[in-house]
Amino acid sequence: MTEATIYGLAGLAVFGLGLMGVLGAADRLRRLVALNLCAGGAAMVLVASSWRPPPAAPDPVPHALVITGIVVMVSATAVALALIRRLYSLETDTDA
Amino acid sequence: MTVLLAFDLLLAASIVGLAAATLLMRDAFAMIVAFIVFGMLMALGWARLVAPDVALAEVAIGAGLSGALLLRTLAHLRGGSLSAQGGASVSAPANGATQGVNALLAGLATCALGLAYLGAPQNVPGLEAHVADAMPESGVTHPVTAVLLNFRAYDTLMEVVVLLAAVIVVWQVERGLAETPAPALGTVYQGFARVALPVAVIAGGYLLWIGAEAPGGAFQAGAVLGAVAVLGLLSRHVRPAPAHRPLARGAFVVGTAVFALVALGVAGAGRVAFEYPPAQAKTLILLIEAMVTISIAATLAALFHGRAPVAVSREETDR
Amino acid sequence: MLEIAGMACMALGALFFVAGTIGLLRFPDVFCRLHALTKADGMGLALVCLGAAIGAPDGGEALRILLIWIFVALASATGGHLVARHARRAGKLVREVRP
Repeated sequence: MTEATIYGLAGLAVFGLGLMGVLGAADRLRRLVALNLCAGGAAMVLVASSWRPPPAAPDPVPHALVITGIVVMVSATAVALALIRRLYSLETDTDA
Repeated sequence: MTVLLAFDLLLAASIVGLAAATLLMRDAFAMIVAFIVFGMLMALGWARLVAPDVALAEVAIGAGLSGALLLRTLAHLRGGSLSAQGGASVSAPANGATQGVNALLAGLATCALGLAYLGAPQNVPGLEAHVADAMPESGVTHPVTAVLLNFRAYDTLMEVVVLLAAVIVVWQVERGLAETPAPALGTVYQGFARVALPVAVIAGGYLLWIGAEAPGGAFQAGAVLGAVAVLGLLSRHVRPAPAHRPLARGAFVVGTAVFALVALGVAGAGRVAFEYPPAQAKTLILLIEAMVTISIAATLAALFHGRAPVAVSREETDR
Repeated sequence: MLEIAGMACMALGALFFVAGTIGLLRFPDVFCRLHALTKADGMGLALVCLGAAIGAPDGGEALRILLIWIFVALASATGGHLVARHARRAGKLVREVRP
């Protein structure tokens, strides 16, 4: 049982949990956090699959992809949060 | 060896456990805190998988700044306070049957992916041999930086464009939205900010410079500088004002602009875009990285602040 | 010899972290928990950093670990202060432990 197997399966489990949350959560904020969990799990599978047994260095290409993915995910999160704030102000604004 | 194996198993189990806890927490504040801790532990796992660049990026951006963004929105939804007494609307959960079907489908999809992952050939060479062959021409000695800014520079350019698009959308969506000023954090925090922020700026510059030969680079440096700006906003050493808007717009665009101009310049000199001449490669990569760092830092800080800076009277923010 | 000393420091530091965590889980209110966390974890952090610095390959690395210790200690002290300040303002009074 190598590191790649352990963390790869953990990443898949996180992805599955996140998927369940995205589909099932009622609260918008919670759904967004679940989507972030999904992204983390997917990134973990990528990093785990680029791992090589110790003397060899890991594959740098998936690492670069994951770094790109992290930044894209924080952008998506920020846009989603802006939409959540806007929706909330529309819902609570009774004068409009 | 067995100690490390036990550590790996324990860490993997806590990562999965924290992911589950994040979804099960009743209170939204506790949920976000669990999510931040989850990001920290995941970064620890990535350090175990010999991916220090990714671990740094996850800690700074995935856990740190995402957490700050989530907490800021929660404070907005709860009218300026993070405690649960405010009226955060909790809509009714979906009905039981739908929930069950969703969970079943998600579980099936995960099991299928797990089988695919276990069945996939392990430890077969990926692209690392190609990367190692091309390293002498890349201008840098750290493989991840070479991939990000040379071999797959198109991806990175698009990523900077995504950040730019995000800040444009956020400024549009937030236009005219009521502002919840961040709470005053007091003099102890301001003293801490005065000591720590200059040092953090130096740490960000160091990360940018060291990225050519060791883990680090534009994204990690940009995240650290973005965090400096967020802490500065919280300490009220930095007050966004309408006069800052042109400066902010310039900072958002400069990374994309310089990146694209370098690509066009290289293409104009009879080469393929991003095929830097080896003699100038390091200079060009450092130039792009420095500009991208500025853009990332400014964009992340703007995403935290939310709406475009508007005129707010001092007395109002000092409340 | 040095390696053993470094490992011993780290193990002792981990023990302090465990003590701080037990305090976090067992103490009744915010202020007691903060007391356990900031004190015990501060000591644990110092010992772990000392152990890592002893094991560092050169002086530069040891210096960086020292800087990390200074700033993490500063940040955790400030964080503890902010939590306590927020709790006091939110009106969470010290719970009566003795009857």
